[in-house]
Amino acid sequence: MSASDIRQKAWSAALIVLFFVAWELFCVMTGMSDLVLPRPSEVFVTLYQKFPLLWPHILQTLATTMIGFVLGVGLGVVLGAVIGVSKTAYDTAYPLLVGFSSIPKVAVVPIFVLWFGSGSVPAVLTALSICFFPIVVNIATGLATTEPELEDVLKALGASKLDILWNVGLPRTMPFFFASLKVAISYAFVGAVLSETVASNRGIGNVMMTASSNFNVPLVFAGLFVLAGLGVALYVIFSLIEGRVTGWATRKNDLIAT
Amino acid sequence: MMRMQPDSEFSGAPVSAPAAPIAIELSDASVTFGRGDRAVPALSKTTLRIADGEFVALVGPSGCGKSTILRLASGLVQPTTGVVIVGGREVAARALRVGMAFQNPTMLPWMTIERNIMLPLKIVEPFRSQFRKLRKTEFRDKANALLEQVGLKGFGSRFPWQLSGGMLQRANLCRALIHEPRMLLLDEPFGALDQFTREELWSILQELWMTHKATVLLVTHDLREAAFLASRICVMSARPGRIVDDSPVTFSRPRTVAMTFEPDFVALNQKLRTFIVDARSAPAEGAT
Repeated sequence: MSASDIRQKAWSAALIVLFFVAWELFCVMTGMSDLVLPRPSEVFVTLYQKFPLLWPHILQTLATTMIGFVLGVGLGVVLGAVIGVSKTAYDTAYPLLVGFSSIPKVAVVPIFVLWFGSGSVPAVLTALSICFFPIVVNIATGLATTEPELEDVLKALGASKLDILWNVGLPRTMPFFFASLKVAISYAFVGAVLSETVASNRGIGNVMMTASSNFNVPLVFAGLFVLAGLGVALYVIFSLIEGRVTGWATRKNDLIAT
Repeated sequence: MMRMQPDSEFSGAPVSAPAAPIAIELSDASVTFGRGDRAVPALSKTTLRIADGEFVALVGPSGCGKSTILRLASGLVQPTTGVVIVGGREVAARALRVGMAFQNPTMLPWMTIERNIMLPLKIVEPFRSQFRKLRKTEFRDKANALLEQVGLKGFGSRFPWQLSGGMLQRANLCRALIHEPRMLLLDEPFGALDQFTREELWSILQELWMTHKATVLLVTHDLREAAFLASRICVMSARPGRIVDDSPVTFSRPRTVAMTFEPDFVALNQKLRTFIVDARSAPAEGAT
């Protein structure tokens, strides 16, 4: 890591600290009520005290997020491969996909609840439905951008569509795929929490709903902090995996898995 | 020398059998892309016969259908009318397994050069079924032997981005030859290289052809390149293309870059140039 990288990171950390300090000072100076905007120090204390209570909810939210994410990725890869292989399929399916993706997912939660009752299932489904779109688009784009010359070389050898997909198309989509995973995991997380907020009796989303109806505003904010922390952690994990697997695309390391 | 195309509806199978067996035969083959009002004629009725082991260069103004002939020979395109017979059969890409190389070397960036070159072996039988077993031994040796022949000894374990354009193009030739194809189809393979690298690769390609004995069909803009490499040069007219001249090149082999400055060679170039200038200045009437 170079000196400028370190300086960059230091500035980022300083900005975060500054944000909380400013928030704290703002609350103290204006005499802001806890019921409107609690001080960050208060939120951290609440977070610490209530952590044993929050823990099962954190696990619940993580579980629904991950299940929805894995299913969404599976579905997204298959669908992306199907529409990416053929230009016609791509052009045909694209409007429908865009239509689906532009529906605000909060609007479909009630439908999932209607079908499956409240609880984990709608949370998983919401996570799935919100995260699979970036995967589809990225896989399809990666496949569609395969060099036509290379395709000709392989076709002239008698390669089937599946041969080309397996040897060229899919490996080529990996950078696109992992870039989309980072986005998808954040989306899945948002989806799961959204659904918990609307209809569930477990999960961080539900904790925040309950706390706000009890005017326990510091706990609402504690939930918010947990969400931010988890979101960042998931993003970081997938960024690291991305760097490992698709290093060839950034031309930096020689440790390339074949 | 001049072998003009018959404009009549001549479609019978040719009977005259030349000495060597025929590798590629186009009989009155034409290709039109699109249909109806938007139909674009890419190749008008063309008859071309290439014997086994010949090195044929196709030259002509851009967009004249040179690449279309190449794609016909590879089975990637089917003729709109007429017949294309390659290796004694009507073409379908699956049966041919020809080696191809384009201007863009298209090495896969996530694989070493060695593994890139072995890619055809993953696809073509009988190598395909043995690939897992032999990829670390026999096949790798095969790839490295080819690399050595093109002057890339020791570069097998590098990645494509670590090589220069000329080196990548050499690797591209290796990939086109690794499965021992009977036919090599090259579409302006050296078009993007500088003059000196290009001349270097001419000699390499000539040597590869002399050792591997494949039939080669080379599409090029470069008349010196055609005259250096080919044993026969076909000149095409502007779109929709047809062959307006078909002459053998008789300079002895191996040819050297120095030979390209001798009077005979220059005269041949001059002649080819005239054909192409004529073809360019008199665009075909049908091409609206």
